[in-house]
Amino acid sequence: VLGGGPAGMAAAAHAASHGARTVLMEESPLPGGQVYRAPPAGFVMPPDIDRRAGDALRATLEASGAEVRTGCRVWGLGGGPLVPQGQDAGPFTLSALGANGVPFAVTARALVLCTGTHERIIPFPGWTLPGVIGLAAATILLKAQGVLPGRRVVVAGVGPLLYAVAAKVLAGGGSVAAVVDAASTAEWLRALPALASRPDLLAQGAAWRAKLVGARVPVLPGASVTAAEGEDVLAGVRVGGRAFEADALCIGHGLVPATEASRTYRARHEHRPRDGGWVPVLDARQRTTVPFLYAAGDGAGVRGAAAAPASGRVAARAALHDLGLAPEAPEAPGDAAPARALRAGAAMAGMMALRPAMVAAIPPDTIICRCEGVTRAAIDAAAADGAATLNQLKHFTRCGMGPCQGRMCGEAAGALLAAARGVPVAEVGFATARIPLRPVPLEAILGTFDYADIPVPAPAPI
Amino acid sequence: MTAPFDVAVVGAGVMGCSTALFLARGGMSVVLLDRGEICREASGVNAGTLTMQMTRAALIPYALRAHEMWLTMPAWCAGGDVLATACPGLSVAFTQGEVAMLEERARIRRAAGAPIELIDGRAAQRVEPGLAEGVKLAAHCPIDGFTSAYLTGRAFRPALLEAGVALMEHTPVRGVHGRFALDMPGGTVRAKRLVLAGGAWLQDMAAWLGVDLPIKVLVNQLVVTERMAPVMRTVLGVASGLLSLKQYANGSVLIGGGWQGIGDRARGGVAVRPESFLGNVRLAAHTVPALREARVLRSWLGLEAETADALPAIGPIPGIDDAWIIGSVHSGYTSGPYMGRILAQAVLGEAPEQPLFPIDRLLRAGSNAA
Repeated sequence: VLGGGPAGMAAAAHAASHGARTVLMEESPLPGGQVYRAPPAGFVMPPDIDRRAGDALRATLEASGAEVRTGCRVWGLGGGPLVPQGQDAGPFTLSALGANGVPFAVTARALVLCTGTHERIIPFPGWTLPGVIGLAAATILLKAQGVLPGRRVVVAGVGPLLYAVAAKVLAGGGSVAAVVDAASTAEWLRALPALASRPDLLAQGAAWRAKLVGARVPVLPGASVTAAEGEDVLAGVRVGGRAFEADALCIGHGLVPATEASRTYRARHEHRPRDGGWVPVLDARQRTTVPFLYAAGDGAGVRGAAAAPASGRVAARAALHDLGLAPEAPEAPGDAAPARALRAGAAMAGMMALRPAMVAAIPPDTIICRCEGVTRAAIDAAAADGAATLNQLKHFTRCGMGPCQGRMCGEAAGALLAAARGVPVAEVGFATARIPLRPVPLEAILGTFDYADIPVPAPAPI
Repeated sequence: MTAPFDVAVVGAGVMGCSTALFLARGGMSVVLLDRGEICREASGVNAGTLTMQMTRAALIPYALRAHEMWLTMPAWCAGGDVLATACPGLSVAFTQGEVAMLEERARIRRAAGAPIELIDGRAAQRVEPGLAEGVKLAAHCPIDGFTSAYLTGRAFRPALLEAGVALMEHTPVRGVHGRFALDMPGGTVRAKRLVLAGGAWLQDMAAWLGVDLPIKVLVNQLVVTERMAPVMRTVLGVASGLLSLKQYANGSVLIGGGWQGIGDRARGGVAVRPESFLGNVRLAAHTVPALREARVLRSWLGLEAETADALPAIGPIPGIDDAWIIGSVHSGYTSGPYMGRILAQAVLGEAPEQPLFPIDRLLRAGSNAA
């Protein structure tokens, strides 16, 4: 199982407790994922409702007997369908660096991808200034470490995280200059019936809103940040005609499924904006189009943490069946409950879908790809020069060639290219995925070797 | 029915683009077709090396002229630029076996016209301070360099359009009837002459004409690092040719040399082979020790064509008037623009500046053309 959030923890626990030799690979020091993140060693944080849900999943995982490799960076993917023509698919192989920096590899007959999401940020002038951070990053600071992102904070973007972050900034003793919500009041009202299926969430949301009202925080519905301003560091945030002094801007425009692994394995993907963007094509049991490869949780389409464990268990059951370790079982009754979580999650995912108007409003000189310094104007010019797909745009401009490999800019770049061409976003495709999944230090993977032992192939003829 | 083009070029890689450009400039009406995008296969994903030290001896005279073309590309390609950079090239030997290989290969390439001289390890370190200790011998060629190959399509495109070439991307040709109706989804394109420039897919294209031309597919791997402080300033290889190293102006180091990944004509580049990846980066780190500090950012694959004798297929297709072929040039990117130019000369009825590489020698019995 790749990824130790709620889907991965549940998938690994289910597989291990039903007789499969199971390993869970997780990048963070502890399993939990973004919502159920555990505090780092040495930090004591008062437990909240998310902590308790996470602790329960962690306890089940620990009791299951699954091997849990935390703090490891999985960088290499091989095996499965990635074999020479005419050969049968083999076991999946994952190359990783352990928490101690020592490389190791894992092979598995089935692989469940629970890789979660990364945050979408639609660029605006000044978004690369120090002091501007993602809502998800702010959540890590606030929830896992009790650290304020700034003393005076503007919280902006879209989705429930806005109010969670704003409330936690206040609770931590910071001040919130404004909450800038791209969703209008009407959009929230339309989402209410779906959210009503989760009274717990609704109550939590109401408590967050009450906190903001109590602190007289201006909430701007249907509004967007037009610029982050400051010399070398953030000093203020402009929202149309209004300006707010701030030393931090926490901003996020939704969540994008992390599909690097399923793309590397050449599974079929489809573009579903209301699920977050490109997602692997799945059957009802979380099977991708690649045999023995499964995807679950938000990485398979954004539905939120509450709905994730059930999808992880479904994927694990499918794997157990496909491996011949268990008969194909009908859905367990326990998995009907998340229908409510799914409904609420779908409503929020829909609200957090990419907003084309926000992309259209990006000024020409705004940087889109921060790794390579590619502006909107450069992307528009490349489109005019004939770049038709995201892969071709990459060649024309270097957009997405840097350290993040398009994780930050891919969504905005794709939407800009599609808009410039006048075609749906799906038509510009996605960038080809290749290893390493994350940048990997050469020193760590080289190992000790003798020059004479490098298996240099025969030279080409002279 | 509209008038046929004077010539249809199938395959918009560096060979096809260059051929099409010089044919259009020679006065022909040209259509250039590609099932994908301009220079997005091998021509856009190769290591951009402009080296004589990996070029086959027979191709040195061509590569020398092409090197000049790449360095002056904006002047002849309507401003199109691949950021070609000239620098010295070194091929080094760490073992006695490599010393013997280097001496032989340098001698043969020098005889073919490459200004290569042999120097010792100390002298090589003066040329390339990033070079490791332990070099027993190095072949030094002052004419070397590299491009940013991913820019190749964008560099050719405006010149092609300006010359009047009808560029049709995302247009897969499925077959050819008569002389010559190109069958594609949504219609037919007609042309009086045909140039096949399909890289690794040349075998399939030749089959459209009933010609049996066996082409082997190499699946070359490349690895690039994150940007880092300057660690080298030459194009660097080892005697076997299984390493090519260069550092770009932005600080990233490109590691190649032709280590093989997984892929084929049907699926394209499928996956990097982990053992090839490790062997390639070990060779690189052994040669430039500072690379140990690098972080690997990405790897990728490109499909290269190779004929039975590993020499090019450039010339008329025997038995079929007005049909031509170009490709399967070892280190083909280096020589590409010049090869296109001389084939265009032949198609235009002129004497090519340098001899072509007729394919009669490569055809299997039973071929339509035999």
